[in-house]
Amino acid sequence: MAGEIPHYVNPAPFDPAAGETMSAREERYYRASSLRLIWWKFRTHRLALLALVLLGTLYVTLPFVEVIAPYGLQSRHGDHIYAPPQRVHLFHDGDFVGPFVYAYRFEFDREKFQRRYVSDESTPQPLRFFCRGEPYRLWGLFDADFHLLCPPSGGTAFLLGTDRLGRDMLSRITYGARISLTVGLVGIAISFALGLTLGGLAGYLGGSVDYLVQRVIEILRSLPELPLWLALSAALPAHWSPILVFFGITLILGLLDWPGLALAVRAKLLSLRAEDYVRAAELIGASRRRIIARHLIPNFMSHLIASATLSIPAMILGETALSFLGLGLRPPVTSWGVLLNEAQNLAAVTLYPWLLVPMIPVMATVLAFNFLGDGLRDAADPYS
Amino acid sequence: MAEPTTGRRELLDIRNLGVSFETATGPVQALRNAQFAIPRGRTFALVGESGSGKSVTAQAIMGLLPANGRITGGTIEFFGKRDGGAVDIARLSPSSKAMRALRGDRIAMIFQEPMSSLSPVHTVGNQVTEAMRIHTRASRAEAADAAMALFHRVGFRDPKAMLRTYPFELSGGMRQRAMIAMALICDPVLLIADEPTTALDVTTQAQILHLIRELQDERDMAVLLITHDLGIVNTMADEIAVMFRGEIMESGTRDQLLRDPRHPYLRALMRAVPRFHMMPGERLVPLREIRLPAVAEAPASPGAPRDVLSVEGISKSFYPRAAPWARKRQAIPAVTDVGFTLKAGRTLGIVGESGSGKTTVARIVTRALAPDAGRIRFDDGSGLTDITDLDPGRLKAFRRWIQYVFQDPHSSLDPRMTVEQILTEPLTVHRDGTPAQRRERAAELIELVGLNRRHLKRYPHSFSGGQRQRIGMARALALSPSVIVCDEPTSALDVSVQAQILNLLRDLQARLGLSYLFVSHNLAVVDYMADDIMVMCRGMVVERAPRARLFSAPVHPYTKVLIAAVPDLDIDRPLDVAAAGAVLRPGDWPEPFRIGPEPARSAMVEVAPDHFVRYGDAAIGAVA
Repeated sequence: MAGEIPHYVNPAPFDPAAGETMSAREERYYRASSLRLIWWKFRTHRLALLALVLLGTLYVTLPFVEVIAPYGLQSRHGDHIYAPPQRVHLFHDGDFVGPFVYAYRFEFDREKFQRRYVSDESTPQPLRFFCRGEPYRLWGLFDADFHLLCPPSGGTAFLLGTDRLGRDMLSRITYGARISLTVGLVGIAISFALGLTLGGLAGYLGGSVDYLVQRVIEILRSLPELPLWLALSAALPAHWSPILVFFGITLILGLLDWPGLALAVRAKLLSLRAEDYVRAAELIGASRRRIIARHLIPNFMSHLIASATLSIPAMILGETALSFLGLGLRPPVTSWGVLLNEAQNLAAVTLYPWLLVPMIPVMATVLAFNFLGDGLRDAADPYS
Repeated sequence: MAEPTTGRRELLDIRNLGVSFETATGPVQALRNAQFAIPRGRTFALVGESGSGKSVTAQAIMGLLPANGRITGGTIEFFGKRDGGAVDIARLSPSSKAMRALRGDRIAMIFQEPMSSLSPVHTVGNQVTEAMRIHTRASRAEAADAAMALFHRVGFRDPKAMLRTYPFELSGGMRQRAMIAMALICDPVLLIADEPTTALDVTTQAQILHLIRELQDERDMAVLLITHDLGIVNTMADEIAVMFRGEIMESGTRDQLLRDPRHPYLRALMRAVPRFHMMPGERLVPLREIRLPAVAEAPASPGAPRDVLSVEGISKSFYPRAAPWARKRQAIPAVTDVGFTLKAGRTLGIVGESGSGKTTVARIVTRALAPDAGRIRFDDGSGLTDITDLDPGRLKAFRRWIQYVFQDPHSSLDPRMTVEQILTEPLTVHRDGTPAQRRERAAELIELVGLNRRHLKRYPHSFSGGQRQRIGMARALALSPSVIVCDEPTSALDVSVQAQILNLLRDLQARLGLSYLFVSHNLAVVDYMADDIMVMCRGMVVERAPRARLFSAPVHPYTKVLIAAVPDLDIDRPLDVAAAGAVLRPGDWPEPFRIGPEPARSAMVEVAPDHFVRYGDAAIGAVA
């Protein structure tokens, strides 16, 4: 034995209960419902919060696109075909005038065989706000002519240019949002319902149901997506009304998207079913329905909503791709994809690049949904 | 060992060490003024409960603190460099070359989870030789030779095959051996063992502890043993430091501390550990006792207690997952021919190691699983009735009589329900009372387990493990059951909290006249709780006897090994680690206990009143 070491005893007073009291802030935290905890956690994700605000604004405005768009969806302007975007100016000859545009003078370049629009910078044409403009019928119920923004009296305001029929791109994009943004929601609703039911059955019942669902999912996932979309859309009868086609397309998108969600539901259910609190509920004698409703669904719903949010972009892109190829929605129904359909022609794109502008809202929406989904996914389990 | 000695007694000298962590709610001081020295060639034990800072100390020594942690002061002087010099680890950058030269070479570490500390995609041989090839200039062949020699030493029968074995092919104990080989390949002078046997069964634990001690003697290596188990400390340590909330409470030699504990925390800890040979009626003293609200005790029922639960010959096999049309599925027997009776107001302990079938029995008894064969009868006051095949309606009615307390306090409470919702749920399911009455009952229950009415509106994540376990017990009591199955209720808890929960269970039993089926791998805990004990191995009951009888006169070799393998706190009775031999397979048991391969025959034989032992086929043949 080497030299004995001293027997050390900590002289500080000993309080076994030290550090067990709880501050008011902690008390508030521990009494907060899980929804509130999710919100608190989500709030810290700046980008997701921004995306939520953006998407929220977009969806809130959807019922009022008629009011927001300066022109109607189908208003043609024969003398302004393929007009480039009109710039908004504030100063005329050094004087502040407020937002205004210059009128276009149409010229035909006989040398290049091109249309040319020249700004007539002699007179400013102030834009009008909160004004009366083109009449429309809101929700098929009210006749109105109120707009947020109208072209100058006697002038035009094609802020994003016009297409081959002289229709205002900005107005058409605004109207297109209505279709493009709802396609995702309706599609995800279908996919959600299917995924929840089939994934839920597979996860909860297990056995041969599980086996069957899994094999179906594998087969569906092995199908090449784009050709299948094309085939299915091509199979939609040509005589269907545009509205029916719209629902047909969302149905196709939803039908092909559910496997991802079903797998997520199944995996989550399998892991939740092994949790002791579910077994505790079984041992109490709780019915299967009660276990699903009170224990399983609340515990995986937040995860599921996050994954659903992350699959909305695929829907929007899917619709856009189909419509771009001319196999999705057809005019007169207007979506961003339908608008981009006009940009299929390379010559048109080089001459009239503003036809590609509908890509910007598509990208913004898809990014926003991705950020939102990321934020939701991170916040979905506030107890981790 | 040809170590150039500096003449110092210490190998590692820690002075005034502080570590703090940056968290979302501000800095947290995880370690304050830690001061101790690890002597060369000896074992130094850091003892403490969760959150005491013992693992943080090890991480600081290894230079492996998490990214949000940093050393706030003090020194960690290490006198074991290859050139014999000294170095202050606290001043080395964790990623510096000097630190990397120490880590894995001079200081090695083994962890609690042998599965996650070995890479699943590399062979064991690969991982063991890797360390050697990093730190020395050994060739591939030299490293392989060294690894095989070490594999042989740590107890692998075929060292050559181990070079090509993957970790998932090994059992937990074998993996820990591989981990030890990996740690020792470079001949470290200090081995840090962080809860090396916590994930293992007691018999395996005894073997691993034995191995560590032998290797230490052979190599003159110092061991820093980090553990929460005072029994292991008593078995292994030369010197001890006891930690609590980041501070050392008491330190000294094993004799000083265990014979003469002076700090109130160590004293409390020692009184909280269940030991063998406790006096009848002796009570554990937890750090914080729970006082039950005063109510008259349940009147003791006159005469011999009746049987509430009677189980005869139950068996259960599981079938691994396979395609639905696959005809031939290999049955894996989990429980074979188990029978027992549970008397009213008494506790039956079921002891066994992992895979012994004890939890399966518990689940069959609660009818969470249906047995393949056998009969379960239960008495709700109107005589024993068969509950093996109940229709759903009667099964639900039966459920209120038997409730379950789970092992894992974190998964047993629904995180999205308030405590009140959790406690009223059983009443809602059984339509007992009005909503107001249910809430009143929830308040009664929460007070019954020593918590406060204020806690009802909180969610489970705000409670500590012990508090959650008490909420789980309150839920089990909601329907006033007569039997509660406790499935390892304290194995996830610290010892001081364990004592609190065990005492609470005993108090509730006395007050409410409950019967417990108490399942545990910890023989000392079962000893403290049970009136009768049933020892299980490989799905069979090998011995069943009254508590005192089982410990004073065990008959079955497996029971004997199990008792011998528990590290006890009694300093004059340190664990005989060598005694824990390999008698884990029924085929290896000596006659007349040996149970041969299929068709195995065995039977329980009453060797004394109420004392049953399982004998093997040869013995039964001789009797018949």
